[in-house]
Amino acid sequence: MTRRQLVKNTVIVTLLMAGAAVILLPFFWMLSLSLKPAHEIFAPGIDFLPSKLEWENYAKAFNETHLLRYLMNGVIVCGAILFFQILFAVPCAYALAHRSFWARGAIFGLVIAGLLVPYHVTAIPLFLGFAELGLLNTYSALVIPFVASVFGIFLFRQFFASLSTDIIDAARIDGLSESAIVWRIAFPIAWPAASAFAVFSVVAHWNDLFWPLIVVSDPNLATPPRGILYFRDEEAGSDFGPLMAAATMVTAPLILGFLLAQRKFIQGITASGLKG
Amino acid sequence: MVGRRRIREALTDLLLAGPATLAMLVLIFAPALIVGVLSFTDYLFGAPDFNWVGFENYRKLFTDETGRRAVVNTLIYVAVVMPFSIMLSLAAAVGIQSVGRWNVWLANFLRTAYFLPVAATLVAMATVWQMLLHPNLGLVNQVLALVNLPGQEWLSDRSLVLFTLAVIGIWETVGYNLILFLAGLATIPQSLYDAAEIDGANRGWEKFWTVTWPMLGPTTLFVLVVTATRSFRVFETVATLTNGGPGFASDVLVFAMYREGFVYFKAGYSGAITMVFFFFILTLTLTQLRIVERKVHYQ
Repeated sequence: MTRRQLVKNTVIVTLLMAGAAVILLPFFWMLSLSLKPAHEIFAPGIDFLPSKLEWENYAKAFNETHLLRYLMNGVIVCGAILFFQILFAVPCAYALAHRSFWARGAIFGLVIAGLLVPYHVTAIPLFLGFAELGLLNTYSALVIPFVASVFGIFLFRQFFASLSTDIIDAARIDGLSESAIVWRIAFPIAWPAASAFAVFSVVAHWNDLFWPLIVVSDPNLATPPRGILYFRDEEAGSDFGPLMAAATMVTAPLILGFLLAQRKFIQGITASGLKG
Repeated sequence: MVGRRRIREALTDLLLAGPATLAMLVLIFAPALIVGVLSFTDYLFGAPDFNWVGFENYRKLFTDETGRRAVVNTLIYVAVVMPFSIMLSLAAAVGIQSVGRWNVWLANFLRTAYFLPVAATLVAMATVWQMLLHPNLGLVNQVLALVNLPGQEWLSDRSLVLFTLAVIGIWETVGYNLILFLAGLATIPQSLYDAAEIDGANRGWEKFWTVTWPMLGPTTLFVLVVTATRSFRVFETVATLTNGGPGFASDVLVFAMYREGFVYFKAGYSGAITMVFFFFILTLTLTQLRIVERKVHYQ
């Protein structure tokens, strides 16, 4: 490396590290505060690290509030949404890619049009519908609006379309029914698309605040972001340590998932750029 | 026989594609139509009936002081987040790519660090920002005090709050755009840089302007539209940190839609806000689809 290049590289790395420090600061601060004793949080002066690790904040967050409940609700809601999205999207995508029927073009047109509609747009009529059916403040209200994922149908259709028809023809000759082909042949092959879609779906719904804020007022049904707001507004008061512990616990699953499966995560999240 | 076979095939098609199609119609298209219709009424949630009011809700949104604030604030927010997020992520992408030529591990570390906010739960991180920006206890003001600068009321100063939210928005989107730019940079062949060098472009910035920038054109356009779409939806930080305040200084379209519809139950007016928001997003997404059709690479 020449001298000039060395200087140049040093400058680049220094700037990038400074940027990374700013980006990571809130994560670091969250962890630090979540492990600080209360009197240190309110102490004047800047102490980046706690003087001792105060696990009490985590104990408080779990024992004296509904944090565990919020996390469980997140798992239930995200799991149910993903399950139904795949249940609806995969057969439809298969039909669009490998069967010919009169409505195929029209249905694919709907899928493309659906990509243009942000989910905020449907909120008012869906809220009215759920109120009419007496379903506000239920898990159903949190799950049902998202079961038809046009993005999922689109993603799986593109994947199935690139699949050779030989495999499917062979399965048909073997006498497999079409739904058996969908779930036992096509879906397992579509694993790369499915896992990218799963990341996209879980990240979107774990983090969503808009819809839970609208249909759920019962803290027992709060998803993690909704729960964080209950926690802050009603439970924590000015007890910031447990609040930061709760924030850490809510963020941890996705961050850990991202660190363990970076490539899959980045694929799944950037794919959402296609959706309106 | 032929008839029965055709019926069976049709039933299979219905079984496979029917549920999803029905769900799309009931959960996406019917509601989108209904909200459009509602936006021309004075309907209140729970009211027995409603009146047609024509464009009154839209007139109110664009002439009423608070309505106009939501529209203008959203546009300002987008106008601040977009250029900064794009410039910073492009600079970081070019830097990380050059680091990757001599230290892959460091480049991967940096990429991971920048992407972390994208994977994180924004509402939880917003409460952390609230701590950082706290007027007395917050780290930001304490650091400012160290260098003898006055602390600010980041989230309750009317003239500042929208820009504070925009900075959080930039923090949140840089990693996403960085990934798109890195994918774009990876498609530029080295031979172009060699050719530029032969033509006398020796300095880094000369190569940037003669090769990188023009070759990244489609990626940049794509990033521009994606960032605008994401910024238009700003909601979580507003709902967590300011509730649109103080005095509507940080009110934005999606938050106004939420407040008018689900706090004040004005379904008609909220419907009009929804339609305006929809119009902005639709314009952007259609532009984006046209760009994607021109085969922009991303990963």
